[in-house]
Amino acid sequence: MNEQLARIVSYLKDYDGPEIRLMEVCGTHTAAIFKGAIRSLISPKIHLISGPGCPVCVTPAAFIDKCVEYAHMDGHVLYSFGDMLKVPGTAGSLSDHKGQGAHVEVVYSPFEVLEKAAAQPEVTHVVAAVGFETTAPIYGLMIREMQEKDIHNVRLVTAIKTILPALTWICDSQPEIDGFICPGHVCVIIGSDPFLPLAEKYKKPFVVAGFEPEHLLVTIYDLVCQIEAGEHNVGNHYKNAVHAAGNRKALDVLEEYYEPGAAVWRGLGSIPDSGLYISEKYQEYDGGSFGLDQDIELPPACRCADVITGRINPADCPMFASGSCTPTSPYGPCMVSAEGACGIWYRNR
Amino acid sequence: MSETKDIITMAHGSGGQASHELMSRVFGKYFHNEILDALEDAAVLDMEAGKLAYSTDSFVVTPLFFKGGNIGKLCIAGTVNDLLMMGAEPKYLTCGFIIEEGFPIEDLDRIAATMAEEAAKAGVLIAAGDTKVVDGQGGLYINTSGIGIIPEGRAARAANMKTGDKIILSGNLGDHQACIYSARMGIENEIRSDCGVLKDITDALYGAGITPHTMRDVTRGGLGTILNELCKAAGCGMRIEESQIPVDEKVAGLAGILGLDPLYMANEGKMIAVVAEEDADKALEAMRQTEHGKHAMVIGTVTEDANVQLVTGLGGVRVLDVLYGEGLPRIC
Amino acid sequence: MCIAIPGKVVEVDGMRARVDYSGNQVTVNTGLVEPKVGQYVLVHAGCAIEVMEKDKAEELIELFADIEELGA
Repeated sequence: MNEQLARIVSYLKDYDGPEIRLMEVCGTHTAAIFKGAIRSLISPKIHLISGPGCPVCVTPAAFIDKCVEYAHMDGHVLYSFGDMLKVPGTAGSLSDHKGQGAHVEVVYSPFEVLEKAAAQPEVTHVVAAVGFETTAPIYGLMIREMQEKDIHNVRLVTAIKTILPALTWICDSQPEIDGFICPGHVCVIIGSDPFLPLAEKYKKPFVVAGFEPEHLLVTIYDLVCQIEAGEHNVGNHYKNAVHAAGNRKALDVLEEYYEPGAAVWRGLGSIPDSGLYISEKYQEYDGGSFGLDQDIELPPACRCADVITGRINPADCPMFASGSCTPTSPYGPCMVSAEGACGIWYRNR
Repeated sequence: MSETKDIITMAHGSGGQASHELMSRVFGKYFHNEILDALEDAAVLDMEAGKLAYSTDSFVVTPLFFKGGNIGKLCIAGTVNDLLMMGAEPKYLTCGFIIEEGFPIEDLDRIAATMAEEAAKAGVLIAAGDTKVVDGQGGLYINTSGIGIIPEGRAARAANMKTGDKIILSGNLGDHQACIYSARMGIENEIRSDCGVLKDITDALYGAGITPHTMRDVTRGGLGTILNELCKAAGCGMRIEESQIPVDEKVAGLAGILGLDPLYMANEGKMIAVVAEEDADKALEAMRQTEHGKHAMVIGTVTEDANVQLVTGLGGVRVLDVLYGEGLPRIC
Repeated sequence: MCIAIPGKVVEVDGMRARVDYSGNQVTVNTGLVEPKVGQYVLVHAGCAIEVMEKDKAEELIELFADIEELGA
């Protein structure tokens, strides 16, 4: 191991000060922390907590229901990323309905849909457009290309959320979190500057991390040092991809094609301006995304809401601990989604 | 010969003239031996007394032809390898074909030719076969079953593993699944399936005077899954060094694109051999002299723990569990 | 919340680029970046979201330099 890295790992392993609670808000970070076995390298007094980092987990069932509706319509095909397939709506998941004959197809990139739309002009191609700021510009580029190529048979049903309002909500409701690991790829788009007002207001450090174990360890070290010294700066340990001001072109795309609006986050409730909706000018490409707020009632013992907000670890949920909720027979959404905290914790317990 | 359509039709499965024509035109060309040529209802085999290994597997892969092989190579190698993993000398195979109407006869010919080639490499005779034709869109499914003889003292079983034994992986992970997914998704690369008979490895080990305690081929579910299955069967644990696990750069690249983990990707020509600690160096050297084992690595040790632990490059330790779900390509 | 991986640009053609990931070639959309052949781009869901100035090895070197600055 690199000598400098070894020094900070040693420091983190030996840390014996007050308990420190650090939160990440990115499912890919949750997974990277397990893959890199980070917890085994640091003191048990440094707690790494998963917050609302999975856009699929926080999306109410009404969104899935809308997608299912389209999938059953004649002359329509519904396209989704793999992550979404098994998430339950009010009456089953997209995967369930696909098995019953609904027109559901998995895509790796939304641009594949444009090719299909051009090839099948008589069909309406509907995209389940989920994601955070990382994916949002991509749907915007789709709209731009559809205008350029005169494609009118594509609709986007969106469930796009932005992370800063959720972080503000967390800071307000969970003062026991001492510092934040900022989501690496969201920050490629929005930069690290947007965290400055949060750091200033709540007097907590926010540091951007990449996804290799080295990035995470340096970021955790930075946060711990700042917390010990009573500092609250914004840091960036993913400089190769993240610039302070973000990606200007991507931000312009967000500006052009979207408007912010209230969105419901399962577990957090409705947060103003935390969703992105296709703007008025481009409404013809929208498939009815506004107001998809109705959620299924979570099963009585399900503690997904507390897991999503980081109040408890998945292992503290009685359904998880008793083995009643597993990836092969999930009880709640956090276990279903490949990026949900429970699913990731279960595969690494 | 009557007007030849070059595709399989229902007539080919009916047992009448068309069936006989198919037999001689395709299967008879490649599958010949005393037993088959007798054309009896069942194969009568003269076998030594002792323990037999007996296995079956069905093959439903698409696409049927891929870089590095085809369904024919897979269906022979798959069953032969299952027998080899028990310490057996594979002797006889059966093969059953379920062909969907419309299947090109030329493709069937290629597949049968590959099967004969692979069977010869493995030293096995195809002793019985069957063909059925069904409605469909030109697909093909093959079942093979196999028998092998286990020489005295050679039986390999999960329960034979002992604390301290070394675990040797025969080569790079994920090649087969990477090849199939690339073909299905139109991603351009030079990744080839690793499918093949592993007899060169087992012969090399026996030739070096080593009898592995346990062997297992690394197929569906990947290394992570089979290591757990072995530990569960044997009531032991393992400690695996992540940095010692070989993965081809191209496969790692593809796995990155699709969000897959090579630890859980399927192979069709890789195995692990668990050997006594004192035999590890010799076993590794023997494996590395072979075609299929040239990238072999010692990846870990059998322990008294209750689980499979993975030690990362930075010295972190985490538990490696079985694969959950289908390992669908993800973006998020 | 997003898988994105770096690949090397081997060809640029208008709004598309051909990107190589250790021998795997994929076409990606370049509406958010202006890449040159030979550069690395970070790709998410078929779209390049940023040009990476450094390769992985250089990135780690920079990271370790960060550690020095943090006063370790």
